Amino acid sequence: MASATSDTTDPTGPVPATGAPDPAAAPAGPAPAAGLPSDRTPLLSTASNALKIVVVGGFGVGKTTLVRSVSEIRPLNTEETMTQAGQHVDDNSAVLAKSATTVAFDFGRISLNEETVLYLFGAPGQERFWFLWDRLFAGTLGAVVLVDTRRLADSWYAIDRLEQHGTPFIVARNDFGGPHYTHQEIRDALDLLPHVPLVDCDARSREDGKAVLIALVQHLHRLATGQVY
Amino acid sequence: MRRPGRDDTPDRLYTLTGGRSRAGSDAFDLVTLVVSEFEPTPGMQSEHTAILRMCRRPTAVVEIAAELRLPVSIVKILLSDLLATGRITARHPQTSRQPARLPDPTVLEQVLVGLRNL
Repeated sequence: MASATSDTTDPTGPVPATGAPDPAAAPAGPAPAAGLPSDRTPLLSTASNALKIVVVGGFGVGKTTLVRSVSEIRPLNTEETMTQAGQHVDDNSAVLAKSATTVAFDFGRISLNEETVLYLFGAPGQERFWFLWDRLFAGTLGAVVLVDTRRLADSWYAIDRLEQHGTPFIVARNDFGGPHYTHQEIRDALDLLPHVPLVDCDARSREDGKAVLIALVQHLHRLATGQVY
Repeated sequence: MRRPGRDDTPDRLYTLTGGRSRAGSDAFDLVTLVVSEFEPTPGMQSEHTAILRMCRRPTAVVEIAAELRLPVSIVKILLSDLLATGRITARHPQTSRQPARLPDPTVLEQVLVGLRNL
């Protein structure tokens, strides 16, 4: 499952001995046997409504780490293959076209109650991914833009596109111990609108992961109830 | 176009989907929950069998794709076949797919309760 856009190693593959690509990744342990049917944790039989939240960010910013920290399953990886035909994806025989682009993404899930399950997708922020956004992530509740202050410019494109799509989002700074910027400096660098929340997190921490998701949903709730525009 | 036969050796994905490269409809979202209504029958395509086994409990399209190691679009085609023959049912997300439509505040409140209880 080769893909240039995934910032993780294949979760089912061996853990590489050197050169961990994601600086925020949890310490590499032995890779558990993954993807086997016996490994699957099924949903409750009453599960009937699934929701989506997308975590978007540049390479190595810790998207999968954030998903892993809150997910009830070990993040899985899958891919979508399609040609890039302008803005309108014409999938007429595109799946197998030689010029097809493969976009890989990781996901995890959280069962919220007996009926509702929340899926979290870690999606690459690169340009060539966005033509798939509508197809894959239409109906998403909102997005978390995960940023690394050493590479803030990596998130500009993602933020532009989210604004363009009208997808509500918050920004979460994953603390890599990089240069310490104030929130105002980050807001200025990202040209964030005043109502867009900016939070700090350690993507490896389950509590922080929860807090990021709660901050997003609170923001969505304020938008949905007309408290902010 | 002639449907590829069992003994042909075209691209593997073409074989799986009988030469089709798009689902009959946009019936399936990434997170549509699929539920088997029947047990697999002998002679059924192995991917269909795997899906029916996997979906004895509700399973999202994206999880099926990850498990079968197939692209999502291929899985959707396989699922359309099973849906058309009544072997599965689909529980679609209740969220609007319209861009820039905000979710229902009561749904968001439920999500908040669920997240806080984690």
